Amino acid sequence: MDFISILIDWAPYLLTGVFVTLGLTAAGLGIGVLMGLPMAIGQVYSTGNWWLDKIMKSFIAVFVWFFRGLPILVLLFLFYFGIFPALGMGNLAPFFVGAVVLGLRGAAYQSQIFRGAIQSINEGQMTAARSLGMTKLSAIRTIILPQSFRIALPGWSNEYPNILTDSAVCYAIGVAELLTRSSQIVSQTYEASIYFVCAGVFIVLNYAGMRGLLALENKIAVPGFSGSRDDNQVFL
Amino acid sequence: MSEEYILKVETIHKRYGNTEVLKGVSFDVKKGETLVFIGPSGTGKSTLLRCINQLTVPEQGRVFLRDEEVTNSGARINYFRQKIGMVFQNFCLFDHLTALRNVEIALIKVRGMKPEEAREKALYELRQVGMEEWAEHYPAELSGGQAQRVSIARALAMDPDVILFDEPTSALDPELTREVLEVMKKLAQEGMTMLVVTHEMGFACNVANRILFMENGKIVEEGSPKELLENRDDSRTKKFIGGLGMGED
Repeated sequence: MDFISILIDWAPYLLTGVFVTLGLTAAGLGIGVLMGLPMAIGQVYSTGNWWLDKIMKSFIAVFVWFFRGLPILVLLFLFYFGIFPALGMGNLAPFFVGAVVLGLRGAAYQSQIFRGAIQSINEGQMTAARSLGMTKLSAIRTIILPQSFRIALPGWSNEYPNILTDSAVCYAIGVAELLTRSSQIVSQTYEASIYFVCAGVFIVLNYAGMRGLLALENKIAVPGFSGSRDDNQVFL
Repeated sequence: MSEEYILKVETIHKRYGNTEVLKGVSFDVKKGETLVFIGPSGTGKSTLLRCINQLTVPEQGRVFLRDEEVTNSGARINYFRQKIGMVFQNFCLFDHLTALRNVEIALIKVRGMKPEEAREKALYELRQVGMEEWAEHYPAELSGGQAQRVSIARALAMDPDVILFDEPTSALDPELTREVLEVMKKLAQEGMTMLVVTHEMGFACNVANRILFMENGKIVEEGSPKELLENRDDSRTKKFIGGLGMGED
């Protein structure tokens, strides 16, 4: 069989892998934002309760230190062979474990992206909001976060190619994502060119995602505050 | 007693570390009065304003709005802050919102007004400060004077009993200063109660009902512009202004 007919035969199988890869990436970014943003807020602001602050801030610090401090492969093995089985969830699907690990790791990194953005906002914004009678929480939600998100977006966009490419490591615990399926095809057909297809798909996904994020950046840009001074044609 | 004053400040003390910034400041304000605070830099004028709406919490002393205590009011402070507007030296407009959104956001988020209603009120307030045409512009697109007028509209929108102005024109050039002072003068004439920290002596002389001269965390002189600047030769205020090379003719 020639390369083209192999590719056509296996296309559906490979395509499923694309969706699995996208699923892992979505988990990494989604859990990353949903956990990373509150963590950043928790690191920057205080509740006013000394003990609560202490516990909350220590927990976040340890979390960030743990998930940024270990290689992703170590994290995967640790969760897949250690932590989940110890919690009585030894028969979890590898996809779920991969998604959780990418998500928690993403949260650790992204919390610091958001923290930097929040801290870069002038203190006067909070002061002005409070002076109008907003509660601290309402001021964070309506004033600080919309501004932080715009400031964080270029840096946060970087997480997309990071997580997308990192997701291939889930191969090691047997998640049937793009790389795993490519290598299975290669071992069955001896057609190593499939890896070019695998690489090509990663590049296309990367490009499409970055274009999307760039479009988002331009869409929510505020004159003189966020977005490029020109037409934001940074990538191609 | 409630007709006596609208705002009453009793022996406010505030220290930062070892420095006592306010050493027992007391005064009261009648409805419709404009008080101007002047004095050398670092004498606690801005801190005093921030103690009134509790953006800075004083160690001692009490603040009353009408008959209600603002200090130690817990969560009710958010109600008092609606009634005590504030205008800042560097405007502090919300950078990601248009002029209109800047004015209406607290109406919606704090007072729970319906969006259409809030929009109408915000446009009305922008008209009051001559900024209606700029409603859809973002802060970065406004001049300093325009931004400050929007921030005055933002404070006005909450229907405050009193507005605190913390050096509202110090970041502006003379021309822009004039346009902001004109808006403030109009407010004073319309009966808004105002506390103004400023170095604009012209404004102090023409608009203030009372000038309070502060030095080293205390009010050292107090009186109408006429009393402080014309009658008494030994007035500390007069010396201060003379030192600035202004006022005295």
